[in-house]
Amino acid sequence: MSSGLALELVGLKKIYKNGVVALKGIDLQVKAGDFYALLGPNGAGKSTTIGIISSLVTKTSGQVKIFGYDLDHDVVNAKRQLGLVPQEFNFNPFETVFQIVANQGGYYGLPRKVAIQRAERYLRILDLWEKRNSRARALSGGMKRRLMIARALVHEPKLLILDEPTAGVDIELRRSMWEFLRKINQQGITIILTTHYLEEAEMLCRHIGIIQHGTLIANTSMKQLLANSKSETLIFEYLPIEKQPQLPGYQYKITEPGSLEVVISKEQGLNQLFSLLLEQKITVMSMHNKSNRLEELFIDLVSQPQGGNYV
Amino acid sequence: MFNLYWIALKSIWRKEVTRFLRIWVQTLIPPVVTMSLYFIIFGNLIGARVGQMGGFSYMHFIVPGLIMMSVITNSYTNVCSSFFSAKFQHNIEELLVAPVPTHIIIWGYVGGGVARGICTGALVTVVSMLFVTYDVHSWLIVVITLLLTSILFSLAGLLNAVYAKSFDDISIIPTFVLTPLTYLGGVFYSLILLPEFWQWVSKLNPIVYMINGFRYGFLGISDVPLIVTFAMLFLFVVVLYAITWKIIESGRGLRN
Repeated sequence: MSSGLALELVGLKKIYKNGVVALKGIDLQVKAGDFYALLGPNGAGKSTTIGIISSLVTKTSGQVKIFGYDLDHDVVNAKRQLGLVPQEFNFNPFETVFQIVANQGGYYGLPRKVAIQRAERYLRILDLWEKRNSRARALSGGMKRRLMIARALVHEPKLLILDEPTAGVDIELRRSMWEFLRKINQQGITIILTTHYLEEAEMLCRHIGIIQHGTLIANTSMKQLLANSKSETLIFEYLPIEKQPQLPGYQYKITEPGSLEVVISKEQGLNQLFSLLLEQKITVMSMHNKSNRLEELFIDLVSQPQGGNYV
Repeated sequence: MFNLYWIALKSIWRKEVTRFLRIWVQTLIPPVVTMSLYFIIFGNLIGARVGQMGGFSYMHFIVPGLIMMSVITNSYTNVCSSFFSAKFQHNIEELLVAPVPTHIIIWGYVGGGVARGICTGALVTVVSMLFVTYDVHSWLIVVITLLLTSILFSLAGLLNAVYAKSFDDISIIPTFVLTPLTYLGGVFYSLILLPEFWQWVSKLNPIVYMINGFRYGFLGISDVPLIVTFAMLFLFVVVLYAITWKIIESGRGLRN
């Protein structure tokens, strides 16, 4: 049944009752085992796309296949392949952590004994076992996120969709979540991630799709997309000197004494820049990107009226 | 596939039963207290002056109706509040993303409503035994009427919850429709006491048939033919089930 594709969307359209066209015919393929980022500005159509894949939104037209199973014609098998971690907390806050995970196993047909074993397994992995008898409402924000991941994994899906899983999560927890997602991806679970943290997408994902105004404006590998970056803005921290640095051929500005912002195009190397700095006896203490490369590309892409050409 | 559906059904039912047992002070105790007051005030104090009705003491006469009243109210309320809360908190999505067909969702919630209806019915029956003793005329009719009525009002509660958009919407039907129909359904009086016109009007009230069917099971007396009771119950269950299935399947109020 599997065609090597975890997800296949063909001509996916959604027009809401109020006439809003949320999706204008999305064609998308995500390979099995991939770690895929689905990005787009607010209201672009990401959540509608995820909603249709997870049966929470009814599509106007088009086709959804999950590991080759058509969501319209083989709904049980299609749904069995999928785990969803939604953006908003959507569990019963009065149920215990254990009940939420074990019951979800039951909805996927896991016998009670197996559902209980799996619930224990995933609650331990996600460091929630100690909280198993707590009511979900008593958990911290980070714990609630992990609870939703445990619930989505209890039936061991082959495709996991996470809709902004690290929103509002502190950096320590976010990093541990990245580690966990990388691990399960290496174990063979295909992951589709939406996030507003582009650094997160760049670090984790191998392929990327960008939706804007209900259209897929980019669908390529992360490497290839980043290779399209025309320039990079670097910030150099240096020991202040009497004379101001002069960098002919470069677009630059001194933002404050000892801090230099330089735009380096793809054709210009760093060696030449360092030579110029050395000639002027400027001691560079540190260097970093002004913003994430993907962030710059993303802004560039979504600000173009017709989007980019990376599909 | 059958195994998956059966396990899913049990899981929904277990969740529903756990829910009303967890909040037993809100779900099981109030009907017992309310019905005890009815037994004391209407059955004992006023009933002693009313005398016999249908050949039985007034207390004997009202017990089946009061049990049925608690079953109707609790079956309805359980499903209505639970399903609406699941919609409101979005945890209904747990079922919508899973391979659970609409039939299983309906029967899972209805099963929860029936369980609560039977629990409260049993508790009220136990309390009634403190006031009156009786020989049940037909256990079979008692059980069938109880089950069908409980299923019917669980379905009605589910339909209300699917349509409801606010907490006000789930209290309108019980307050303005269900309670008046129950009180006017012959719990406290025999239809024979009414003028002919009002007897005819009362027979338009479906709850009259349920209470009389249940009373027949207990006491062997009824104001309406038993066959009509079962026909009405069966018909209402089929029609409400079909409407509820159609609405949930269409995604109305559940899927965007």
